[in-house]
Amino acid sequence: MKKRISTLQFEGTERQARQLGNIIEGCKKDKSMLMYVMQQAQLIYGYLPYEVQVMIAEGMDVPLEKVYGISTFYSQFTLSPKGKNNISVCLGTACYVKGSKQVLDKVCEVLGINPGECTSDRLFSIEECRCIGACGLAPVIMINDEVYGNLAPGDVEGIIDKYRNKN
Amino acid sequence: MKSLDELNIIRDRAKIKMKSKKDNTELIRVVVGMATCGIAAGAKPVLDALNDEVSKLGLGNVAVKQTGCIGICQYEPIVEVIEQGKEKVTYVKVNAEKAREIASKHLKDGNVVSKYTVGGTIDSVDDGICSVDDTAFYTKQKRVALRNCGIIDPESIDEYIAVDGFAALGKCLTSLEPDEVVDIVKASGLRGRGGGGFPAGLKWGFTAANKADKKYVVCNADEGDPGAFMDRSVLEGDPYCLIEAMTICGYATGADEGYIYVRAEYPVAVARLEKAIAECNEKNLLGKNIFGSGFEFNLHIRLGAGAFVCGEETALMTSIEGNRGEPRPRPPFPSVKGLFGKPTTENNVETFANIPQIILKGAEWFSGMGTEKSKGTKVFALGGKIMNTGLVEIPMGVTLRETVEEIGGGIPNGKKFKAAQTGGPSGGCIPAEYLDIPMDYDNLLQIGAMMGSGGLIVMDEDNCMVDIAKFFLEFTVDESCGKCTPCRIGTKRLYEILEKITNGDGTLEDLDKMEEICHYIKENSLCGLGQSAPNPVLSTYKHFKDEYIAHVVEKRCPSGVCKNLLSYEIIADKCRGCTACARVCPVDAISGSPKNVHKIDKAKCIKCGACMTRCKFDAIIKK
Repeated sequence: MKKRISTLQFEGTERQARQLGNIIEGCKKDKSMLMYVMQQAQLIYGYLPYEVQVMIAEGMDVPLEKVYGISTFYSQFTLSPKGKNNISVCLGTACYVKGSKQVLDKVCEVLGINPGECTSDRLFSIEECRCIGACGLAPVIMINDEVYGNLAPGDVEGIIDKYRNKN
Repeated sequence: MKSLDELNIIRDRAKIKMKSKKDNTELIRVVVGMATCGIAAGAKPVLDALNDEVSKLGLGNVAVKQTGCIGICQYEPIVEVIEQGKEKVTYVKVNAEKAREIASKHLKDGNVVSKYTVGGTIDSVDDGICSVDDTAFYTKQKRVALRNCGIIDPESIDEYIAVDGFAALGKCLTSLEPDEVVDIVKASGLRGRGGGGFPAGLKWGFTAANKADKKYVVCNADEGDPGAFMDRSVLEGDPYCLIEAMTICGYATGADEGYIYVRAEYPVAVARLEKAIAECNEKNLLGKNIFGSGFEFNLHIRLGAGAFVCGEETALMTSIEGNRGEPRPRPPFPSVKGLFGKPTTENNVETFANIPQIILKGAEWFSGMGTEKSKGTKVFALGGKIMNTGLVEIPMGVTLRETVEEIGGGIPNGKKFKAAQTGGPSGGCIPAEYLDIPMDYDNLLQIGAMMGSGGLIVMDEDNCMVDIAKFFLEFTVDESCGKCTPCRIGTKRLYEILEKITNGDGTLEDLDKMEEICHYIKENSLCGLGQSAPNPVLSTYKHFKDEYIAHVVEKRCPSGVCKNLLSYEIIADKCRGCTACARVCPVDAISGSPKNVHKIDKAKCIKCGACMTRCKFDAIIKK
């Protein structure tokens, strides 16, 4: 999985920096907590831009390359921001066999972006994901925390419109 | 918990509480399946509606509870009504509205709403059947690891204790020596359920034999095999069982600390585990001096971050230590030098879930189930082209045919069974000719598949086996950690060959090269991920060579999946000249005037299939 550090302007607030600082403070004695700190940082900022990785590396007293190495190793960490509505299309075996690739193609077509990208209005982003464990409902997509199952490509447009109209 | 007596008192009290109220009137117990698949299907509004309606109707004798996975995922949300002395009633595909109707008609007036029951809703189940226990899906099952899933409230320690929870731990700590516990696990014949099938008792014995100032127990809950979700089901449906089993393992091997490494993609499981651990600490079922025995055990949760390779035991430990999850060479094995360099016992969730029952019912009871070399039961996650998708736990040695046709209800839409993929990206496919072999570790290995973690994906005639192999390879290319060359580069080259074949550019030499690379990767990779990565290719090539040849020589995809090899044609006899196809074609590849036979220009056609879906006369076929 290729990952690129986001080129978008970093817009962190002081409050976010304080939140992250507190987490680092509680964990810095135990180096094995590095991944936990990064997971928390991603919850705070939504992604792990360069600036945040520097904060973590300095706070935990580990080389920046180690933080970067972990952030690119695990698929959960994202280096570019997510849209307001993040669409995950499950490409696990059960979903794939039942046609989730066609569903993904349709989502990309409707939004005009590729997986891993965010629309320019920052409303939607698409990601491919591995099994979310709802194989009985295959093929499934997840928008934010909501799961849509038993989908056909024809259902995609209506579902996306629902979110577009919400905003 | 200070003693076994104290546990027994709590158990007896909890048992009564599950059945009746304080004044001894009998309770009607209503459970709603609230595992991830249930929640995704809309179980939360159902639970809310039931609670609301029960309090509105003033039904004081009804207790509405949440529970874990009931198993028939496809028919979620599921509500079960359990009443003393009456047959259990299972309602499927319930929504809030139906839930209210069930509350007023069944819970209040005592009339089963038969149109919403398993029999009333599912076509393949006889109308008279009310309880899921009487369906073909259940009667063949034998639940050991999943015994509490879908029965108890996973967030209530009392309910776990009521079904003999922590009795096994109590027995170990108060009346068995550590080596006796190891001997029981050895004698049971329990093998690791995560993939490899290594005997659990041997593993425990190795760690126990090593002297060290510190030892660990690790639970592998990083269920990464796409299509398998039995571990999630146990974590969400029976978290206390895992805690009990890990504590027993700690006692047997001399460890005082444990880690559960669980996927971050399982938020419900994580939340329930956290709650369960906190409660156990409070009740002194974890911590110091458990059962007054002087034994201490502490448990932590670590979240994975989405890396398939972390399901490999050494990679998992590297990840817990806070690094990129890359595997380490073995030896030294984890039982010598594992987590933080200390002797460590690692098992997966399903393996642990068997332990308490083995301790309570004895090794002979467990080894009485299954085949000669594979004892006990195995949970399979049925998925793909099968009627009843869901979790089934069956004794080792049940045939694939029974599993697919009887328990799974066969293939939908009258299609033919082609193959089943077991073991996910590390496993292989089982073609129709082996439908009757008893499924256990050794038989599956022999035919080039493997048990793996128990994902069982059924494929029908519409699935292209080359495409499936390519799909799994794409997965391993993505998930290869990059540490060793055979896996990092070999899988990539292998994937490229498969891509060439499915694009119609493959040659017979490519097939030879493909086989050669497969063997090279298998023999030279550092860890299980690489060593098993070529399995899907090798097994599909072995059993479906003709499909590979068709792609390469005839430039044809027999199942009509590989886009580049497809062509759409209009059957002249069936075409009425309605022009619907021409109008829907995005690239104007279809020509023809009204009421005359239409034609597809193959040079222009992008093979999107829109015309075929649109045609009302089945006049368009793909080849």
